[in-house]
Amino acid sequence: MDFLFIFQQAISAAIGVNAIIYALAAIGLNLHFGYTGLLNFGQAGFLAVGAYTVAVLVVSFEVSIWLAFLAGIGMSILLALILGIPTLRLRADYLAIVTIAAAEIIRQVARSVTLREYFGGSDGITGKFGADFFALNPFKAGLDTPILRFTPNDLWVVLVGWVLVALFVVLTWAIVRSPWGRVIKAIREDEDAVRSLGKSVYLYKMQSLILGGVIGSFAGFVYAISRQSVQPDNYSTALTFFAYTVLILGGAARVLGPVVGSIIFWFLLVFVEQILRQAVANDLIPDWLLNPNQVGQIRFILVGLGLMLLMIYRPQGIFGDKKELALNARA
Amino acid sequence: MKRHFARVLLAVVASLWFLPALPAHAEGESVVISGVIVDLSQAPIANVEFTLTAPDGSTQTTVSDATGLWQFSVNQTGGFIVEINPESLPSGVGLREPDRLTRSVFVFNLNNSPAQVQYLTGEGPKRASFTERALQLTLDGIVLGVTIGLAAVGLSLIFGTTGLTNFAHGELITLGGLGTFFFNSYLGLHLIPSALIALVLCLAIGGYAQDKLLWKPLRRRGSGLIAMMVISIGFGLMIRYIFLFFFGGDREQFLQYAGQAGLQIGPFSITPKMIIATIIGVVLIMLTILWLTRSTLGKASRAVSDNPALASASGIDVEKIILVVWVLGAFLAGFAGIMMGLNQGVQFIMGSDTLLLIFAAVTLGGLGTAYGAIVGSMVVGLFIQLSTLFIPTELKYVGALVVLIVILLVKPQGILGRRERIG
Amino acid sequence: MHAPNTSQKDRAVLALQNVEARPGVSKPDPIIVADNVVRQFGGLTAVNVEHVEIQRGAITALIGPNGAGKTTFFNLLTGFDKPNSGNWTFNGVELAGVAPHKVARMGMVRTFQLTKALFRLSVMDNMRLGAKNQIGEGILRSLLPFFWRNQEAQITARAEELLQRFKLDAKKDDFAAALSGGQRKLLEMARALMVEPELVMLDEPMAGVNPALTQSLLEHIKDLREQGMTVLFVEHDMDMVRDISDWVIVMAEGKVVAEGPPNSVMSNPAVIDAYLGAHHDLTLEED
Repeated sequence: MDFLFIFQQAISAAIGVNAIIYALAAIGLNLHFGYTGLLNFGQAGFLAVGAYTVAVLVVSFEVSIWLAFLAGIGMSILLALILGIPTLRLRADYLAIVTIAAAEIIRQVARSVTLREYFGGSDGITGKFGADFFALNPFKAGLDTPILRFTPNDLWVVLVGWVLVALFVVLTWAIVRSPWGRVIKAIREDEDAVRSLGKSVYLYKMQSLILGGVIGSFAGFVYAISRQSVQPDNYSTALTFFAYTVLILGGAARVLGPVVGSIIFWFLLVFVEQILRQAVANDLIPDWLLNPNQVGQIRFILVGLGLMLLMIYRPQGIFGDKKELALNARA
Repeated sequence: MKRHFARVLLAVVASLWFLPALPAHAEGESVVISGVIVDLSQAPIANVEFTLTAPDGSTQTTVSDATGLWQFSVNQTGGFIVEINPESLPSGVGLREPDRLTRSVFVFNLNNSPAQVQYLTGEGPKRASFTERALQLTLDGIVLGVTIGLAAVGLSLIFGTTGLTNFAHGELITLGGLGTFFFNSYLGLHLIPSALIALVLCLAIGGYAQDKLLWKPLRRRGSGLIAMMVISIGFGLMIRYIFLFFFGGDREQFLQYAGQAGLQIGPFSITPKMIIATIIGVVLIMLTILWLTRSTLGKASRAVSDNPALASASGIDVEKIILVVWVLGAFLAGFAGIMMGLNQGVQFIMGSDTLLLIFAAVTLGGLGTAYGAIVGSMVVGLFIQLSTLFIPTELKYVGALVVLIVILLVKPQGILGRRERIG
Repeated sequence: MHAPNTSQKDRAVLALQNVEARPGVSKPDPIIVADNVVRQFGGLTAVNVEHVEIQRGAITALIGPNGAGKTTFFNLLTGFDKPNSGNWTFNGVELAGVAPHKVARMGMVRTFQLTKALFRLSVMDNMRLGAKNQIGEGILRSLLPFFWRNQEAQITARAEELLQRFKLDAKKDDFAAALSGGQRKLLEMARALMVEPELVMLDEPMAGVNPALTQSLLEHIKDLREQGMTVLFVEHDMDMVRDISDWVIVMAEGKVVAEGPPNSVMSNPAVIDAYLGAHHDLTLEED
């Protein structure tokens, strides 16, 4: 087995575009779920709205990509309002059902044949819509070391992506230690208590939903720009559940939880997948037991199992301590 | 193992359908799966919709161009399924084999020459009038409503007694459908005994063992409701892809009654198998209602839903009730899976694809009430089918989900739900 | 500090001494006036209050057997539940249909029967949360600490004062989850005071509190009155009611069945009836 290759793949994944996308998506979820206690199961919808707004505006309407980013943020705010208005006054599980439904609505509308001329059906939209962004790329050469390999454009996306992650981490850090953060954490603990103290719970939940959703749309921007295409099935509910796994792995309600979670998640996922692939290719695992097509399926089985085990044995994240576990159990 | 013999066999059969290769323009690591669709006069038909399901379960859709050509480019090996959407054919044109909407294509390696798939057309069914379509869709809606209702009752009972919003409920449906398919197709049993064995499997493993081994220990640990909900998401994901691992991504038909001809009863067209399945479904739902209202256990389960602490204090064995509810819920969901399998085949994703509709039904009816779930299911079933009178068929589920959100806006407690007490 | 003899207690007693002891009687200076408040759950009428007034500056006890509708009436008054019909005013302002957080901002702050300590917040953060009009609670200004740093320091100082009074200052940096049941009750009451309320509504302040803490809780409640606040509390421990309240309102089966000063109400046949009658359905515990 080529362990150098396996490590190269795993480390590239751990600091690559996917890790950035999931870190951003999970930072948004951390505000929703970790700090405010909102069960948003439609984070994929926020990513889709961000990604599609940019792709459609730039490709079909030839809008400048910077304006398209602004529009994407606007659309994610709109989505948060549409989801929040009917559900934020209701019990937590209603928000869960409505958000997961909304994300599916977005995906199915985007992939529909009826609206193919706008959204490109199941093939999505492909085009050089990141041209304005890549025009700013200062890297003339890519990275080619034994461990890491990036093309110049990848390097640029990864650099900007991690800067975005850092910015949103700092934003989260600043906002959760402010009085505003105190209110949303209190809502997570008991919203009636917060009401009884004169705070509009609805307003704060809405602000949290919008802020986390906008951060999600940035994950969508990175997704779209890095691949120069958007495809509806990339934004399925599996994305949301993966992001939850990332968040819980790193530790919900921890500022760095989503980032740590995403790096570990992608490292492990690709590490295991590459080992299996090599084992299959080198006939260490017989073909009747596992064929190359099934290796990709193993990923989902592992994520599902991982999410279950984490939630059962370490709901405070792999680095959380026992004291918090005790608090969680009582809350 | 069996799976791979089946694949090889499939590939041999599939290769017989392939026409001589087109000039190879497959470049690098991909293969083109394509076809040309023409009408009886050999004129090309544009805008016919085709869907390709890849071995990993992902799908893509395309439409034929002005020359009738449609094509997919694929970059993985394995068994692919092409499906035509007959409703996208222009009026007056139909398929010569209307029951054979799918074709299997096996890609051995990525340097293969393009694979050609052919659909022959003939005279289409004559366009039914609006009223005729509305009547037919009402019947289809009832069938769909019963299917959803079977699963929704169980989901609702489990929610009521344990507070768990079970995101793995769809996998019980799949267990019913794929379980039946396993005994039927792999072990060669007739469909009916296969279905019965699958149902026993559902209630024993999907219900009894699932509660005993997973959820009961979690309740003992005092896991929170949100934690349990997330656990059910992980569990569902894992089970779904274990199904994919063992059964592959194709939509499969049962060996018996697959191509059953429809009966024309007045304005309604329906296959005998669906008449029987729907009647059994309705009977099961009615028995469940009788059980809830008449039997001691059923009444006790409602008491547990209303107030678990009070029920426990008045001597009801809450854990026993929960176990019974799980077994019943898994059984009903399993039967829903068999109904769906009879109607449109079985696939690893059949349950999770339906899960949102079940949630919609339960939410519409008011969370946690069994009657509400049934009423909600009928509303969802009828709405989905009848909405196709006005919106494209591919968007019918979207329509139902939009209505769910709108109804929550107007009547947050659901159609039959009561306002709950706070504080 | 007021000297005990010229206290608010005497003023309250004086104001109420000529008020007739009958259900729905008018008070000289009511802070709350409620009319025809009805709340039904399914077919069951939980609350049906024709007319009731709460005297300003006094400690009023709301008593009654389990299931009498006391907590539901509390929920209705504070906007946490919506009545089928009825209206009520606070300081002359119509409150029917007003959201609970707005009710609280007007100066009518409640606690809960099952304490709602915010577990994964520190005791100090629990307290700070109660302060009104916080600049840093706006989402944009929260990011710029120089806007709110001064106010936060003032709030913290006030919270420390209150925590000292409630003898919780040693715990201020602990998670609220680490407090005992009685301490959580104290924290909840102290937190309510951070809102600077005119009317404090306590839902069973003594439930689940160990006897050692009961006396200090009682003193705190009397203290509220001395500081000029009005107190309305739900209780079914008669001894406690007799000890601290200036006026008692008795509810049974959703209705106000008796009113009066503590000693006269306790001997009222309607009250005895309500309590004895209720012993048969003790299982109807409210939650």
